Amino acid sequence: MHPALSVIFFTAVSGTGYGLLFLLGLILAADALLFSRAQALIVLATGSVFAAAGLSASLFHLGQPQRAWRALSQWRNSWLSREGVAALLSFAPVFALGFALWRDAAASTLRACAIVLAVMAVITVCCTAKIYTSLKTVHAWHNAYVLPGYLLFGLLGGAAWLWALAAMTGADDALVQRDLPVLVAVLAAACAMLKRFYWRFIDTTRHAATVESATGLGRYGAVRSVEAPHTEENYLTREMGFALARKHAATLRVIALVLFAVLPVALALPALIFRSTTLAIIHASVTALCVTAGIFVERWLFFAEAKHVVMLYYGSEHTRMSANLVYRR
Amino acid sequence: MTMLPPPSPKKLGLVIDLDICVGCHACAVACKEWNDGGQFGPLPDENPYGKEPLSVWFNRVHTYEVETQDNGKPPMTVHFPRSCLHCETPDCVTVCPTGASYKRAEDGIVLVDEDKCIGCQLCAWACPYGAREFSEQRGVMQKCTLCIDRIYNETLDEIDRQPACVMACPTRARHFGDLGDADSAVSKLVAERGGYDLMPEMGYKPVNKYLPPRERRDGCPSKVATPQEEKVDFSTASPLLRWMDKLLSR
Repeated sequence: MHPALSVIFFTAVSGTGYGLLFLLGLILAADALLFSRAQALIVLATGSVFAAAGLSASLFHLGQPQRAWRALSQWRNSWLSREGVAALLSFAPVFALGFALWRDAAASTLRACAIVLAVMAVITVCCTAKIYTSLKTVHAWHNAYVLPGYLLFGLLGGAAWLWALAAMTGADDALVQRDLPVLVAVLAAACAMLKRFYWRFIDTTRHAATVESATGLGRYGAVRSVEAPHTEENYLTREMGFALARKHAATLRVIALVLFAVLPVALALPALIFRSTTLAIIHASVTALCVTAGIFVERWLFFAEAKHVVMLYYGSEHTRMSANLVYRR
Repeated sequence: MTMLPPPSPKKLGLVIDLDICVGCHACAVACKEWNDGGQFGPLPDENPYGKEPLSVWFNRVHTYEVETQDNGKPPMTVHFPRSCLHCETPDCVTVCPTGASYKRAEDGIVLVDEDKCIGCQLCAWACPYGAREFSEQRGVMQKCTLCIDRIYNETLDEIDRQPACVMACPTRARHFGDLGDADSAVSKLVAERGGYDLMPEMGYKPVNKYLPPRERRDGCPSKVATPQEEKVDFSTASPLLRWMDKLLSR
């Protein structure tokens, strides 16, 4: 599948934003006094700006963005519509919590807003993932690894940015020098494990459909495409037949793993051992940047490595055609 | 409204006979011609005379070679028109966030309301048959309408109220009719020839059916396989020709 930058930005940045909002909600629900009001407001603002920026980026993928409001209407059956509705609703607890923090509201009010925020963040990221997992035509998306992946990577991005923000705003030492680096390292390891399982799954299994079932000609024998309907690319071969990525997939997987798992663990451990405020600020900021870059590469691969079942109609012959076009450019 | 309507008794669709399709692309061209000027047009061409033309077509004709199990026989060449199958339970309709993609309750035709479409392209991702093509220039998704502006068009003669692709086919490999009615000509054709669904494992229950190509006859392998040396008997020819043969054979 063609990896459109708008969609990669949308899923990666909004996921990180909701991860940050979820963790903030969880922390405030557990202990409303762990962050000062100003610190909580900074984290809330960063998370909601990330979420809003990601959601706005998705509009650039549309052919008619001025009609985007129409996408809120079909929440009864469409996951994309549900995602839009959930994303808009998630800003209600964001504003409520912001208002409560600003007006120095009672701890019980804060806790209620925080819990609703955490729940809405999870729901929205689930809806984002369901847009992809609900497509039976794409084997790399229609499986059990994708939803946990979106949630875990959202959490990892959120944890890394929370660590950076907490370190920079001078939050509680135990949080900055013990809890958050541990959380980042654990989540990074979990993401790496999940991705390893996911990659093994897409490398060793195939979509059930074949060119024989797609044409119904399997009853006579093996089917081979000898002539495509068109000599140049069309929408389908451009959008669904993106083959360039698979050539460098192995290298890009290593780059993604290094960025979102190896470096964050390597940066979190010294912060745990040496317990220095300056070190924590530097390591946390670098970790946040590495994790974000790693999520971008991971998300790019998520699209670029996915094969659409319609390409069966174009057969192996098409892969040559598009490869030629790619090298010619 | 992108919820699927309850199953309609009337299921308009096409039956495509792979046995006699010759792959001339007349259906695809006629489709493009009609729909470019029809109610659901235009079907824009981007850079039509340039290096990399890109264009929206509702109908595409593939060609496949099928290795037959019997080694003696040459492989079968099958021309394969591919367009929207107007499925009974398609995901392309239910994934639509705006209600632009819908299935008509009265006859099962799947359409896109181009005034509501936001161009998110999720429906094209959901379709395994490649029936939908996004128009960059118009910013909306476009697809086969089963020539709804022909088949119900009372300004046309009754005989012309058929999809453009069916009208154009020079070998009559395409048939249009109600596949929900067991007594219709198309339903009888499907029953008689063993018409089948494409990718039944996807579970979308296509309305359009394909008729399988008949097994090829043996051909004449001896004639094709061993070209024999030509022999001319000059013994009965005229003396002049025999002399010429002798002279030239030296």
